[in-house]
Amino acid sequence: MRVMVLVKATKDSEAGLMPSTELFEAMGKFNEELISAGILLAGDGLKPSAKGKRVAFDGPGRTVIDGPFAETRELVAGFWLWEVKDLAEAVEWVKRCPNPMPGPSEIEIRPLYEMADFEEAMTPEVSELHDRNREKVASR
Amino acid sequence: MAATETHQAIEAVFRIEQARLIAGLARMVRDVDLAEELAQDALVTALSEWPQTGVPKNPGAWLMAAAKRRAIDRLRRERMLARKHAEINRDLEGERDTGLVDIEAAMDDDVGDELLSLIFIACHPVLPTEARTALTLRLIGGLTTDEIARAFFSNEATIAQRIVRAKKTLRNAGLTFEVPRGKERKERLASVLEVIYLIFNEGYSATAGEDLIRPALCVEAQRLGRILAGLAPDEPEAFGLLALIEIQASRLAARTAPDGSLVPLTEQNRTRWDQLLIRRGLAALDRAEALGGANGAYALQAALAACHARARKAGETDWTRIAALYDTLKDVMPSPVVDLNRAVAYSMAFGPEAGLTLIGEIDQAAALRNYAPMPAAKGDFLFRAGRLAEAKVQFERAAALTRNEREKAFLVSRAAACGG
Repeated sequence: MRVMVLVKATKDSEAGLMPSTELFEAMGKFNEELISAGILLAGDGLKPSAKGKRVAFDGPGRTVIDGPFAETRELVAGFWLWEVKDLAEAVEWVKRCPNPMPGPSEIEIRPLYEMADFEEAMTPEVSELHDRNREKVASR
Repeated sequence: MAATETHQAIEAVFRIEQARLIAGLARMVRDVDLAEELAQDALVTALSEWPQTGVPKNPGAWLMAAAKRRAIDRLRRERMLARKHAEINRDLEGERDTGLVDIEAAMDDDVGDELLSLIFIACHPVLPTEARTALTLRLIGGLTTDEIARAFFSNEATIAQRIVRAKKTLRNAGLTFEVPRGKERKERLASVLEVIYLIFNEGYSATAGEDLIRPALCVEAQRLGRILAGLAPDEPEAFGLLALIEIQASRLAARTAPDGSLVPLTEQNRTRWDQLLIRRGLAALDRAEALGGANGAYALQAALAACHARARKAGETDWTRIAALYDTLKDVMPSPVVDLNRAVAYSMAFGPEAGLTLIGEIDQAAALRNYAPMPAAKGDFLFRAGRLAEAKVQFERAAALTRNEREKAFLVSRAAACGG
């Protein structure tokens, strides 16, 4: 199964504080372990939300909101995409991660939807419509 | 933490550590079977102790230390036994316990090297192919005997027997447990790559409704391929193979129709191709080529797969490039099927006449005599060249040869389109 592993933001990450040399090194080592275990598919760090934007939807309305955003703890500072056997394996790997922040921090693990999750809910017609939509988006 | 949760955590830890644990122990005791047993012992110890003490900070080191203690105990016991026998015959005064010193020294060896060595051992050419596959899935992949049996439509007893026999063969072969170097390495690596590709293809051939462990073999092979590439970062073909299986896996969701039948590459819904895997495959191919391995058999097949992966629509496929790649592949990996695919590529790149010329050269190949894609391709070339009556004969012949119902229907409709 694929999981997205989200490093949650803190005051420090939101302030754009760069990780120490030690943390960089420890994180590099951890990433190496993920690679040699064959589970790391992708991953990157995100700039503070001050550099980001949001688009709010309300019916036909679209409002662009500039960062920074409040609720620091709910923001994301980095992510990985892993391929693991189950959630327990992902939890064990996350426990091995060096604390990504200078202070207390949180990492969240979220399994991705897979085709099998949709198959029950989707009739062939809906599935085809879904594919057609994706095709339109891709050809743009 | 609830008891079941601790249990789950221990199992997850063990799954993560198992291959490295067995690898380190195998090098120490020079016996895969004993190494696996010691690793299992360590797990049993963890299962009894961790629920009280909690999961240790460095669980891998903990498990290794526990297994190592068991190994030393066992060695001591055997030594004592041997000594008692020996005392009867002669005085052993002055003998030092060099075995234990060796074990201590071996513990400090590079871990990655040990895992690579275990992969080479599991795929050793002294073993029959199906034993290599089973042992690799068991030791490196951590699959249970039951899972391997289900994956290969076999039964647990057969697979267990196969693994036991393989371990015995390895023990009797007197292997060094070193990572092979020089000339031997190339041959041994070829065997590892073959095993991984075999596992992948077994998963790839799974059809709808089968046990889920079968398609899971693809994921397992990808993981093995990634591990191998990580451990052997200078081997171009390790990346060639990885590129090939990542790109092929990217099509898994698109290659079967709702009725379970296979959808040909050119008719697949490309929006369902996994772009993440394609990107990873292309990156691995770049790496293989940067290492000077562009002409490796796996890298070439990956490059072919990449041509399709890069085309957003079937009509955008770079057939000229594909034709050129087949020119090289024909020399690197000669086979009648490569010849046939080359003819198809030529027909797409340079027109049906070019395809007909090439197919004329392989028309009599025994391996292709009852191979449906052969007359199907020929029929297609003839049809596009306007020779409808001849095309019809070929399509009908192909329809009679294929066992795939969907393909048969397609070929029959093509024959009908030839008129007359």
